[in-house]
Amino acid sequence: MLVLSRKVGEVIKIGNDIELTVVSVSGDQVKIGINAPKQVEIHRKEVFDQIYNENKAASVDISSVLNVFKKNP
Amino acid sequence: MKINTRFHGEKEITDKEIIHFPKGIPAFEEEQQFVILPIDDQEHIFILQSVTNENLGFVIANPFVFFKEYEFELAESTTSFLELESERDVLLFSILTVQDPFTSTTANLQAPIILNLKNNKAQQVILNLPEYNTKHSIFSQQQSEAVKG
Repeated sequence: MLVLSRKVGEVIKIGNDIELTVVSVSGDQVKIGINAPKQVEIHRKEVFDQIYNENKAASVDISSVLNVFKKNP
Repeated sequence: MKINTRFHGEKEITDKEIIHFPKGIPAFEEEQQFVILPIDDQEHIFILQSVTNENLGFVIANPFVFFKEYEFELAESTTSFLELESERDVLLFSILTVQDPFTSTTANLQAPIILNLKNNKAQQVILNLPEYNTKHSIFSQQQSEAVKG
């Protein structure tokens, strides 16, 4: 992993069209501004992980689902 | 073409029925072609079945039947990705996490599936809205009337 030090207001450029700006720092919280093309999806990692896990859970019991419906005709 | 499904056995489908998820679905990025199949007796609940993987399917539902006040705005990234031109072309589903007993089943309102009926392109979008999470019970109050469980 590449680690860079930046001050408030400084920018990191990723590729040609993504820029991350350190907007503010307060205690252990950092506000980051992101400029990216609109087709680039940006998510908080923990939110994405939650969706990922829910999708796994939703598909796991797939073979027993019909039985659940059949059990309650 | 014929596909094998967990729920419906061998099933004949036409190309026009295939729904394309160009980005896949989080956790299943490699699965990009699905079809929507009915479930016996269910009016609002369907199976989103992978065309290429018979073991992969999701139970999906029309969320507005269960959650009448569900609403959000589609991001520009979604409308441009799906090439959506009109709200009339949108079909929206929520993935259900089916539990036994069925009354414990939940709907993922945080990550709905958006389908453009014009071109059959779809995407699971992730909403950044505090009121929606991945586990909303579909069996509270009037919601249970919408499903024959």
